[in-house]
Amino acid sequence: MILTATFLSAFAGAGLILLLPERSASLARWIALLAALAGLGFATSAFLHFDNAGPHFQFLTNIPWIPQLGISFSTGADGISLVMLVLTGLIAVTGVLFSWNVTHRTRAFFAFFLTIIGGVYGVFQSFDLFLLFVFYEIVIIPKYFLIAAWGSTNREYGAMKLTMYSVAGSALVLLVMVAAYAASGAHSFDLFTLADPTKAHFAPGFQAWAFPVMFLGFAVLAGIWPLHTWAPTGHVAAPTAVSMLLAGVVMKLGSYSALRVAMTIFPAGLDQWRLPIAILATAGIVLGALVALAQKDLKFTVGYSSIAHMGFVLLGLMTLNLSGLGGSVLQMFSHGIIGGLLFAVVGRMIYDRTHTRDIAELGSMNLTKALPFAAFTFTVASVASMGLPGFSGFIAEFTILKGSWTSLPWLLVPTGIGVVITVAFTLRALQRTFFPAGESSAPAHPLDPITLPEKLGAVILMAATLAVGLFPSVLLDPILRSFQSPLMHQLLK
Amino acid sequence: MLTALLPESLLVVTALVVLGLGVSMPRARTMSTVITLLGGFAAAAVLLVFPIDGNFLHGMVVLDPIARIFKLVILALGLAAAVFASESFPENHFAESLALILFGTVGMMLLTGTEDLLMIFLSLELTSIPLYVLAAFNKTSRASAEAGLKYFLIGSVSAAFLLYGLSLIYGVTGSTNLLAISKAAADPLLTAGIVLTLAGFAFKVAAVPFQLWAPDVYEGAPTAAAALVASGSKVAGIFILVKLLTAGLGHWSGAAGWGQFLPGWAPVLALMAAASILLGNITALVQSNVKRLLAYSAIAHGGYLLLGLTSARTETVSAVLFYVIVYALTTAGAFGVVAIVEKQNGGSRLDDFNGLAKSSPGLALCLLVFFISLAGIPPLAGFFGKFYLFSAALENPSMLWLVILAIAMNAVSLYYYLIVLKHAFVLPACGNIPSAGSPASRALVAALALAVLALGLAPNLLLGHLTQTGPVKVASLKTGN
Repeated sequence: MILTATFLSAFAGAGLILLLPERSASLARWIALLAALAGLGFATSAFLHFDNAGPHFQFLTNIPWIPQLGISFSTGADGISLVMLVLTGLIAVTGVLFSWNVTHRTRAFFAFFLTIIGGVYGVFQSFDLFLLFVFYEIVIIPKYFLIAAWGSTNREYGAMKLTMYSVAGSALVLLVMVAAYAASGAHSFDLFTLADPTKAHFAPGFQAWAFPVMFLGFAVLAGIWPLHTWAPTGHVAAPTAVSMLLAGVVMKLGSYSALRVAMTIFPAGLDQWRLPIAILATAGIVLGALVALAQKDLKFTVGYSSIAHMGFVLLGLMTLNLSGLGGSVLQMFSHGIIGGLLFAVVGRMIYDRTHTRDIAELGSMNLTKALPFAAFTFTVASVASMGLPGFSGFIAEFTILKGSWTSLPWLLVPTGIGVVITVAFTLRALQRTFFPAGESSAPAHPLDPITLPEKLGAVILMAATLAVGLFPSVLLDPILRSFQSPLMHQLLK
Repeated sequence: MLTALLPESLLVVTALVVLGLGVSMPRARTMSTVITLLGGFAAAAVLLVFPIDGNFLHGMVVLDPIARIFKLVILALGLAAAVFASESFPENHFAESLALILFGTVGMMLLTGTEDLLMIFLSLELTSIPLYVLAAFNKTSRASAEAGLKYFLIGSVSAAFLLYGLSLIYGVTGSTNLLAISKAAADPLLTAGIVLTLAGFAFKVAAVPFQLWAPDVYEGAPTAAAALVASGSKVAGIFILVKLLTAGLGHWSGAAGWGQFLPGWAPVLALMAAASILLGNITALVQSNVKRLLAYSAIAHGGYLLLGLTSARTETVSAVLFYVIVYALTTAGAFGVVAIVEKQNGGSRLDDFNGLAKSSPGLALCLLVFFISLAGIPPLAGFFGKFYLFSAALENPSMLWLVILAIAMNAVSLYYYLIVLKHAFVLPACGNIPSAGSPASRALVAALALAVLALGLAPNLLLGHLTQTGPVKVASLKTGN
């Protein structure tokens, strides 16, 4: 029940906000914050109450929903789910904090925002494929409106592009879902049943096309190269909180579902398509980083960096060993926090004040003086993003590389180059924006000081990445143990 | 026997009373609406309180639980059109429009309760003729006249096709009764009869290549009339098509699997389905009038329904029936919103929807529910409808080609639904528009939106009734494949 409370609180918050009278913007803000805090509270409390020595899956709920089709409302959590749920809570709370200045149609903004959060919570705890897909799709429509109505650069185009990519991915997933339902003969959408070859048998010929179609369908959302182009455009068009959501949790929906569904129910297909997907993931790391290096727009730089970092997640999934898979889940968490933080600085702290994201122009504004806190936060986020030891990014990417060393060693060469370029573009963006060469003679523009909610949000995210970097085992232990469960252990080769 | 037709009789009496009222007190528009609704509620009460099952007049009138559900749904859709009539029909001769809606509803209800070719044809005509008049009802509008004329001309041709097809079937099998027909021996002439019959029905559901009337009729006809054409008429048409194909012509289905076409009705339906899904969804992308857009979307949805029929097994039949009910409720609601917006802003172009979220947030939210459901996004009923339909169709794995096409084009369809919603939610209003629409229409739109949401969250509410008993006699018959 504590798990269901996460998405129920988000949906209830959204409904409550819709019922408010028209001119109650500040009340809507507080309700959104309370709903987000409640969700974070439930997720954290579930994480703390999770018995690491107990059964692999805990907090299970299973209620028949549409028995005619063998669909049930089945939720629960293992270590992987819990880590993602806590991430969702953190991004929800900080997302609300960084949206504290939204004054245009505030009620609708937070109602859509909380709807996305509710959907994301739902995906991370569903153990029925149909239920998972329902939550997965709930996220799509609010994204469109949030970007199209509250976004910036080229927002209608960016919103539509992002939505059509998402829905195209969902169509691939839906196709495999209905085909698998007919092919399995198990009359069930229960993941445990579908992943059990004695109950649901998928012929190798079926898996050979079903796996890549479903995996790609999910991976579109995870920004797999070359189906990633929605992400930078969408991120740039989106308002700050939505960029944070997209990079922080929505992209993780794709990688999480690919891991939880596609890889577990089609093991034979996975074997067959592992290398091509690993190569695409590596291409994402290298090319994402290269393109980020060439950007003039700070938000585009961060957008492409997301592609590179999500490439690590997908590469980790394809290692099929404990280190790589565990690192991949940790990287989902780590990039969620760091990506959220970067977008918060760029979108809220800088763009809302300077109304430009052009790196050269920002460099002339003497931002270190004008917005010292923004400079500090961006530096911390950049350092974490580069993978400096002590921050979560280091331990996550290191674990993934360790995993690929044993199973995909020859991919380490391009990946290593990708890591170097990542450092290069991050340093380039940091240096040119905040510490430009030569004396910045331009007077410090009178910019609004950083507000309390922003500081609070930034501190929460910086603390999270630092804490995980210093004590990775808090998350890594439950994650690694989850791969021993009957559902997941068959992935390990 | 008389009690079996009591609901229909009640509606006819109500229609006559409303007509009389229209002659004697032409200004008492609210009163005629109220009487229409009361008559409708009485008919619904009879259906609910005195459920009669049985076969009367040698299969001319056949009643069973599923038929009763469809009669209730059609009745609800007819009454919805009557409520929306106050937004879109001209003020003079208002009572006549209500009476025509009632007559059309009676035709549709009779259509769902028969297993006889003669009765099928008669009920179809009883449905169509009032609808022709309703489409042309706005006498001062050229578009309405054009809609009525087009609907009438193409409708008559298709009725001729249908009659010719039915008479061939009768000629070969020697009976007008579906059960007797199902026992007849195969004959080449029968195939010709089946194809002609399908052509007639394809007109009813606006399937390609018999779709040409739909955009003009949807756009030109008074919106409440278009709502009835799009919802009630489609429900009745699909229901009787299901019955005809499975109970009567089940042995002649043929096959429509990829590369393994066998002659029969299945390949014909499959081709029409594929063409409708493609043409409907692609043409809808460039529409600038919401009613026209809904027409092309209706063509596409007709295609999904025919897709479900091609494999004609028990599962697919209940999936088709579920889908058509959900589709009709959603479309009726969408047309309700369009009717109110039209009254408010004087048109149904995309720009007339600008700023709807600001001027009437509740209405905009309902529009969101309807369109997102049409696009097949959960947790709304349209999603489960499509999901069930596609997974049921794949019980016959060789239909994968058509399901792939349908799922791909369904993803495309989100684009044009979102464009409408963008106008409502994102773009600013041109001026300050007072919100219009009678309280009854607004309440009905909200109720339909709630129904769409409820059926999405708990499809069992309806699904249980459609699968428990097995669709009509269909389940008991060995069908197709």
